[in-house]
Amino acid sequence: MTAALSRRDLLRTGGVLLVGFALPASALATPSSVPRAKTVDTTEVDGFLAIHQDGSVTIFCGKVDLGQGLRIAIRQMAAEELGIGVERIAMIEGDTLLTPDQGPTVGSTGVMKGGVQIRQAAATARQALIRLAAERQDLPADQVDIVDGEVRPRSGEGRSFGIGDLVGEAGFNLKLDPKAPLRPPASYRVVGKPLPRPDVPAKITGRHVYVHDFTLPGMLHGRVIRPPSVGATLTSVDEASVRPVKGARVIRLRDFLAVVAETEWDAVRAAGLLKAQWSDSAPLMGHAAVRDAMKAGPFVGRDTLVNTGDVAGALEDSDAKVLRAEYFWPVQSHASMGPSCAVAEVKGGSATIWTASQATHRFRPAFAAMLGLPVDRVRLIYLDGSGCYGMNGHDDAAADAALLAKATGKPVRVQWSREDELGWDPKGPPQLLALEGALGSDGQVTGWRTEMWLPKATAGLPNVPLLAPQSAGIGQPMGLITGLINQNGDPPYAVPAVEVTVNWLADAPLRPSNIRAPGKIANTFAVEGFFDELCVASGLDSLFGRLRLLRDIRAIKALTRAAALMSWRPRPAPNPIPGIGRGIAYVHYKHSETYVAIAMEVAVDRDSGKITPRRVVCSHDCGLVINPDALKLQIEGAIIQTLSRTLLEEVAFDAKAVTSTDWASYPILGFADIPEIMVDLIDQPDLPPLGGGEAAATPVPAALANAVFDACGARLRTAPFTPDRVKAALPPPA
Amino acid sequence: MPATPPSKARTKAPSPASQRTISLSLNGTATVIAVTDPNQPLLYVLRNQLGLTGAKFGCGKGQCGACTILIDNEPARACQTPIAAVADKRVTTIEGLGSVKAPHPVQAAFIAEQAAQCGYCATGMVMSSVALLARIPKPSLDEAKRALSGNLCRCGTHQRILRAVMRASGSAQP
Ligand code: FES
Ligand code: FES
Repeated sequence: MTAALSRRDLLRTGGVLLVGFALPASALATPSSVPRAKTVDTTEVDGFLAIHQDGSVTIFCGKVDLGQGLRIAIRQMAAEELGIGVERIAMIEGDTLLTPDQGPTVGSTGVMKGGVQIRQAAATARQALIRLAAERQDLPADQVDIVDGEVRPRSGEGRSFGIGDLVGEAGFNLKLDPKAPLRPPASYRVVGKPLPRPDVPAKITGRHVYVHDFTLPGMLHGRVIRPPSVGATLTSVDEASVRPVKGARVIRLRDFLAVVAETEWDAVRAAGLLKAQWSDSAPLMGHAAVRDAMKAGPFVGRDTLVNTGDVAGALEDSDAKVLRAEYFWPVQSHASMGPSCAVAEVKGGSATIWTASQATHRFRPAFAAMLGLPVDRVRLIYLDGSGCYGMNGHDDAAADAALLAKATGKPVRVQWSREDELGWDPKGPPQLLALEGALGSDGQVTGWRTEMWLPKATAGLPNVPLLAPQSAGIGQPMGLITGLINQNGDPPYAVPAVEVTVNWLADAPLRPSNIRAPGKIANTFAVEGFFDELCVASGLDSLFGRLRLLRDIRAIKALTRAAALMSWRPRPAPNPIPGIGRGIAYVHYKHSETYVAIAMEVAVDRDSGKITPRRVVCSHDCGLVINPDALKLQIEGAIIQTLSRTLLEEVAFDAKAVTSTDWASYPILGFADIPEIMVDLIDQPDLPPLGGGEAAATPVPAALANAVFDACGARLRTAPFTPDRVKAALPPPA
Repeated sequence: MPATPPSKARTKAPSPASQRTISLSLNGTATVIAVTDPNQPLLYVLRNQLGLTGAKFGCGKGQCGACTILIDNEPARACQTPIAAVADKRVTTIEGLGSVKAPHPVQAAFIAEQAAQCGYCATGMVMSSVALLARIPKPSLDEAKRALSGNLCRCGTHQRILRAVMRASGSAQP
């Protein structure tokens, strides 16, 4: 029985739960032992790694692998510094008891911040190991190095020590040295290699333990019944209605309504039978009203984000040709493949929650407050979930499970339904942008203005407010979390006068959270789509139009490589041969991180309005590449997911609740529409590693919109690009 | 062809409620399962009663393919198959194909192509691919896309999955 085996394996260390690799057959080492009073101090080497007597190593990582490949990338970074192979490293992720708080796994920071921090801990450890070995044989430290897990004199003469012989289980007791020298990239043996991800074999053979698969003895199964409309209160519950299901119980905490039962099927049946009355509530505007509502407010402020040159002068210049356009991005769901799930146990004044959260450390205080426990009595343990791309329902499911575990005194597993996930996951917020651009008589862009309408994130809010405490009447800080959605609103080109302002909305149409590349997808859609409009207006080839206003060599390289791979021949758009089009778009993520250029080829059917993406080429420079294969897959995933968001996705809701709650009403891109994708990595071994999970998503909608325009002359400025929108935007046949 | 539509399993007449056990061949082993409710979807029985957690709950509505298994070598949705409908059938789950140490050739191809991100869809993808390759040993890329059209993936692993299917079939990879 795999599940039983896995559970035993997970629990075998008793008080300390080790979950780096649940299965003995896994390709990499399993943690052998962990000191119980382990430090989680981010300034201590022992916070991040332990070297065991047999020379194996355990890494304690506050960031988690959500499917993006951190599990191999961070091992590679540590292995390189320590002079060992990745197979000697076990890794524990996101366990609040054992791992340092490295911040949530968001914003493409897994390698860039999390991995870099662990690399520095490993580099510090390397120096200490070299010192210890050098002292033992009276050699200067620079005559000693670590190779294949052994600390050896560089001369090859004299004793060598296994790294496990030099440090006892008590650890290093050493401060992390931010200046500890790193191995030079030219000597890399592990970093930069396309090593396979250690979790893939278990995932492919059905043996990987997801939180959905995790069980505890005596565990109950819970289902939470959400109200039929947002904000409705529970007026009455007929507890007798679940009686046909033996052992099913109704749990009610004010408006938090749930059933628990001994088996999952009983919980499903009881939830279906339960009769409850809810108050009338119709607080939502409905998705069709969102766009207009964004201009209507209410507003809580206005900021000028960029202001260079004389924008008003450029736009009012009577010799200038001025273009104006509005771009809109709708509310979208994370739409994870598996509805969220969590398991919790609350007993003896402490709580343990097994969760697929991207942010176990961040949510720990919220769970402590909700359960009325001190923070140090609450432990969140990360287990893989279905991929999330920002905060989906995982944290809410964990809160559901924790409340039910407290109420019942038993471990409780809560599994959301498909309708729960698409209906109640916190949503990517809508975005509206108005752009103005002035073209001088020579076709140069002389002025640019972006005005944005965005929901304002609440300053200092620790986490997305959770559904369970809210409905149970347990106080929690309220407000909006959106991620940094106002970045990349200005063109990445040399335009002499640029102004970017944002009108901050007091609220969002549905509870928001960060969703992959927060805000930057819509902003780059607007900026790069509008820039293309300017190129078209001045009769310029859109690659040339960009290149002539770029100074940064990394930007130029990304664009020219993508264009070359697409066999780009200079000509203005639209394509003289109708029906097929090409587009290009570029981003310098947050103006400070990864460089991405995407070129795309599409076919557009004028009669049906259907867009078929045929080929996508992505040139991607995120500095030092740790694992090219895992990175390429991340980029492919970002491209496909964003094509889906651009072509198909908008959360539908009426005055009461979300109505697009299954895969028929919230369709995502399927195999039929998957284009050929080529990822071109521009490795920069001597530069710091940057993020790979988000940046490639951002130029996708603009590259697609620009290609559609090239194919048929329809300029799309509103996502999703439905066939009706394509047809409405088509110019009349010539 | 998408995998077996849910209706196929559903149209089976449910066994009388008095029946307390059913027999089937599960991953090649004759198995008797205690049945508490003949309408309980096979998916819950596999995952919770038999410890076979490789098939995943994705939608419970036959829309995503995360729960794909084989019934008499045809792909089926375990979430849409009442347990009573598999009496005397041959059921194969992902666990019956191979293991980490001895993967089935299709699993080996998926591993070689690293065809999983979160991997939540992966076992369903493998099952649908195994069924396809049993039917068409050398599918074209379009045939592969059609065979997998009932399996959704949110992480965007599609290209790798298609490469894995082509690799398993011995054809050139896209
Ligand atoms: S869970 Fe069975 S098809 Fe989605
Ligand atoms: S790999 Fe995550 S859903 Fe397919």
